[in-house]
Amino acid sequence: MDYSPAELMIINAAHLLRDGDVVFVGVGQPNLACNLAKRTHAPNLVMIYEAGVIGAEPARLPLSIGDPTLVSGALSVVSMYDIFTNYLQRGNVDVGFMGGAQIDKYGNINATAIGGYAQPKVRLPGSGGSQEIAAWANRCYIMTPHQKRRFPEKVEFMTSAGAISGGRDRQLAGLRGGGILAVVTDLGILEPDQTGELVLTALHPGRTVDEAKQQTGWPLRTAEPVRTTPEPSHSEVRILREELDPAGLYVKPGA
Amino acid sequence: MSKLVPLSQAIADHIHDGDVVYAAGFTHLIPFAAGHEIIRQGRRDLVLARATPDLIYDQMVAAGCARKVIFSYMGNPGVGSLRIVRRAIEGGTLQWEEYSHFGMITRLQAGAAGLPFLPMNQTGATDLERANPNIRRVEDPYGGKDLLAVPALQPDVAIVHVQRADANGNAHLWGILGEQKEAAFAARRVILTAEEIVDEAVIRSDPNRTVIPSMIVTAVCHVPYCCHPSYAQGYYDRDNEFYVKWDKVSESIAAVEEWLKEWVYGLRDRNDYWEKLGEATHRRLQVTPRLSLPVNYGQY
Repeated sequence: MDYSPAELMIINAAHLLRDGDVVFVGVGQPNLACNLAKRTHAPNLVMIYEAGVIGAEPARLPLSIGDPTLVSGALSVVSMYDIFTNYLQRGNVDVGFMGGAQIDKYGNINATAIGGYAQPKVRLPGSGGSQEIAAWANRCYIMTPHQKRRFPEKVEFMTSAGAISGGRDRQLAGLRGGGILAVVTDLGILEPDQTGELVLTALHPGRTVDEAKQQTGWPLRTAEPVRTTPEPSHSEVRILREELDPAGLYVKPGA
Repeated sequence: MSKLVPLSQAIADHIHDGDVVYAAGFTHLIPFAAGHEIIRQGRRDLVLARATPDLIYDQMVAAGCARKVIFSYMGNPGVGSLRIVRRAIEGGTLQWEEYSHFGMITRLQAGAAGLPFLPMNQTGATDLERANPNIRRVEDPYGGKDLLAVPALQPDVAIVHVQRADANGNAHLWGILGEQKEAAFAARRVILTAEEIVDEAVIRSDPNRTVIPSMIVTAVCHVPYCCHPSYAQGYYDRDNEFYVKWDKVSESIAAVEEWLKEWVYGLRDRNDYWEKLGEATHRRLQVTPRLSLPVNYGQY
């Protein structure tokens, strides 16, 4: 079966979702992972968006999280204040998908600035909803290409908290959510160990531990044993290409 | 009492140099026509607040209207970077103040409720707290964990677009609600723009849908297609092609200036703008109706 690195990430991220999960969805690849899960093993997935849409059933691929297709046919539409208080802060969200330019050894995310905050060399978009999603969703996942510049040992600006400095830091900060529980890359999957440090727990078919180590900015430790993820199935790849992203915006080979 | 005035008059009367302006709408119902009118009237030194500055503030910053932006996500939604605001921040020519979406909306909620601040739970990510002294810790008077506090935001003016309103400013809106209600109640003055002006009886037929009441509205303007390239749910689609195109246009200052000349300075108003977009675009953005079922309020 032929598939692109992007398809591999999306399909593996979809496997992390459980039927019945309430999931805070982002646009792009997370949106595809959620819709794929909903059309395969998780038909009762409830997709919610920070714009205030709950139980969306998008008829077309939304370009932004505020697309009108998310509203038509949804279960409910509420204000932004409601979505962040009654839904997220109160603890009614199971899963959050996060993005970010940098992810560090403890799963902390930088989506704000590179080269200093006050006079940034590269100014990134900033938190949006992610600071609170990372803190309060029960489980958070990240999808990102595995490149050294994206995986520094320590983020220079912590937009959203993973395990902070490890150990009991999350409990001490009083965070209700479980934090970043998996980082799905195009090489494999990283998951936190008991101290909160991300370790390599799985490789995609044909990938090696050395490749992952080379593309990680800290001495990457590996689980014993490192498992191999299953090959994407024909039907998963077909749903992605034919139903969810027919224009190939997010799944095109090489993307 | 009718508050109906042309948009140009509402902007002239109620938006002054140096004002804090909140043009509301989370991706949906963004009042681009008002932004363009502010550019045409040459307002300066505005403080532009929005959760997502979006293209409307990118264009206003490009036109020299702003001295500062307050935001929580500075990107071209679904496309990538918001190039003009980003360049201005990186170049040190634009002040900024930053929150998370929740912090931003909580500031408006506090402003709308007449409170000095509102608390939020901690998030463990403390760098923004350090970068922005407006984000502070407060003790839980009931003995729990310390909370984060953000100060009320009460903009001088909120510009809020809705699908339909009566001439007094009682407004129905639906679809993504974003921060429309909070911005309207928080602001000192409210400019309400509407796709349709309807009889008060239409508003009274569905009072649960009235999100903004006349009592807080300063001026009402009838501005069909106000939101393009954003959208009004059920009226016209989001012009995703334009959002992608802006990514290209905003790469070059000369191209942006050319665009402003052609699409803002060179036109009188939104009617001109919509005409200029042309029939192919009108057709592309047309929406097939999908009606909700009426509810029965009962005759009492």
